[in-house]
Amino acid sequence: MAGTDDILIRMEKVEKYYGNFHAMRDVNLTVRRGEKIVLCGPSGSGKSTLIRCINHLEAIRSGRIVVDGTELTDNPQAIDTIRREVGMVFQQFNLFPHMTVLENCMLAPLRVRKVSRAEAEATARKYLDRVRIGNQAEKYPAQLSGGQQQRVAIARALCMEPIAMLFDEPTSALDPEMVKEVLDTMIGLANDGMTMICVTHEMGFARQVADRVIFMAEGQILEENQPDAFFRNPRHERTRAFLGEILAHH
Amino acid sequence: MIGPQELAFLGRGLMWTLALTAIGFTGGIVFGFLVALARVSPLKWLRWIAAGWIAVFQGTPLLMQLFVVYFGLPLLGFSPPAWGAVAVALTAHASAFLGEIWRGAIQAVPGGQTEAAHALGLGYRARMRDVILPQALRLSLPATIGFLVQLLKGTSLAAIVGFIELTRAGQIVSNQTFKPLLVFGLIGLIYFLLCWPLSRLGRRMELRLAAATAR
Ligand SMILES: Nc1ncnc2c1ncn2[C@@H]1O[C@H](COP(=O)(O)OP(=O)(O)OP(=O)(O)O)[C@@H](O)[C@H]1O
Ligand SMILES: [Mg+2]
Repeated sequence: MAGTDDILIRMEKVEKYYGNFHAMRDVNLTVRRGEKIVLCGPSGSGKSTLIRCINHLEAIRSGRIVVDGTELTDNPQAIDTIRREVGMVFQQFNLFPHMTVLENCMLAPLRVRKVSRAEAEATARKYLDRVRIGNQAEKYPAQLSGGQQQRVAIARALCMEPIAMLFDEPTSALDPEMVKEVLDTMIGLANDGMTMICVTHEMGFARQVADRVIFMAEGQILEENQPDAFFRNPRHERTRAFLGEILAHH
Repeated sequence: MIGPQELAFLGRGLMWTLALTAIGFTGGIVFGFLVALARVSPLKWLRWIAAGWIAVFQGTPLLMQLFVVYFGLPLLGFSPPAWGAVAVALTAHASAFLGEIWRGAIQAVPGGQTEAAHALGLGYRARMRDVILPQALRLSLPATIGFLVQLLKGTSLAAIVGFIELTRAGQIVSNQTFKPLLVFGLIGLIYFLLCWPLSRLGRRMELRLAAATAR
C-alpha cells in the first residue's frame, strides 16, 4: 500500500441516485493529504451531493469511497470512523441554538471522543481562539452575526481534530461584509496544511488557496485543473459559460 | 343546604380528579416518550406499531377506552380497583396523544440539526438527548400543556364506571341536596380555576416561542 498512503480521499466510479434521479455519474476523485480542492458548477450540478457522500450524509448506489484507508460501506462502524475524521461546515451553519458557543464546540469531543470535560473545554477554547471568537464563548448562536456563527461552526468541526474538512458554500448565506472574515479563517486553515474540499463560488479564494479546481455539471466532473490554467484556459464550453456568469456577478 | 359534610365530599372528589390527572399525565409522559421515539425510529415495524397505537387512541372516544379497560382487564385475569383501571386507561390515552405531539415536535426540529449531529459523528443517543429532544421539548410545551388541560377535564368521564371523582361527587351531592345548579356551578368554577391558568400558561409559552423563532 506504500505510495498510495498520501491519498486521503478516493472516490471511484461513484453513482448516486435520488429515487430515479441520477445525481452523480461516474465520479472519480482522489484527494491527497494536505490538498485543497475547490468544487464549482451550476446550481443542481451535484456539488453538495458529492461532498455529502464523503461523510455518508447521502448513501451511494455503486462505486467506492475510501477515506484514510477506511472504505465507506453501510457498516455503521466505518461510517462513524469516517465522520469522526472528516469535519463539515454547512451553508446554514447548523449550530445548536440551545447551547452556548462553548457547549457547541465541546459536545462532540465529549460524546464521541469521550474526553474529559476539562480537556473538551481546553480544546474548544483553543479552536475558538484560533477562529478569533474566543471572547464570545459564553454566548448563544443567535447573539452572534452570521460571519461569527460560521466561524464557530468551523471551530466546532476542528474540535474533533479532523484530518480533512468539507465546506458546502460556507459564505453564500452571509452578508457581503462578513464573507471575508470567514474566507480568511479558511485561508488560515489551508495554510496550516488542512486537507480541504470547498464548494464555493468565491473565485478569489480558489485562486489563492486551491491546488485544483473541479467543475461539475449534471452530476459529472467535467474538468479539473490547477487554478491558473482553469481560469485562464477552461477547456469546456460549459465551463467557459459558467465562469463568464460567475465573474460577471462578482 | 350544602354543609361542611357535602363540601368535604366534594373535596375528596377533587383530590381524586387531581390524582387521576397526575397519574395519567405522569404515565403518559413516560409511555408517550417511548411512543414518540418509536414513531421516529429508523425501524419501520416500530414506526408502524406506534402509528397504530396512536391511531386507535386518537380515533376512539376516551369514554369507550375507559369502558374497554375497565371491563377488559378482568377478562385478562387482572382485577385492579376502579381507580387502577381508570389510571391504566388514562395513561394509555395520554401516551398516544403526547406521543403524537412529541413526534410532531421532533420532526419540527430543522433537518440541518440532525445533519450537523451526524457530521460530527454523534450516535443516536447523543443526537437525541443533546441535540433533538431539548429543542423538541421546547417546541412541544404549549401543546403538551394544552393536552394536560384536556386530560384534567377528561377525568370526569371516570364517573361513568362509578368512580367518584369531582364530577361524580357533584352528581351525588346534587341528588342529595336538590340544588343541581348551585352544585354544578361550584364544580364548573373549580374546573375553570384549575384549567384556565394552565391554558394561559400554554398560550404565553406559545407566544414566547413564536417571538423567539421570528427573531
Ligand atoms: N434529497 C434529495 N432528493 C431528491 N433530489 C435531490 C435531493 N438532494 C438533491 N437533489 C437533486 O440532486 C441534484 C444535485 O443537487 P445538489 O444539491 O448536489 O446540487 P448543487 O450542485 O449543490 O446545487 P446548489 O448550487 O444549488 O447547491 C439537484 O437536481 C437536486 O434537485
Ligand atoms: Mg449545494
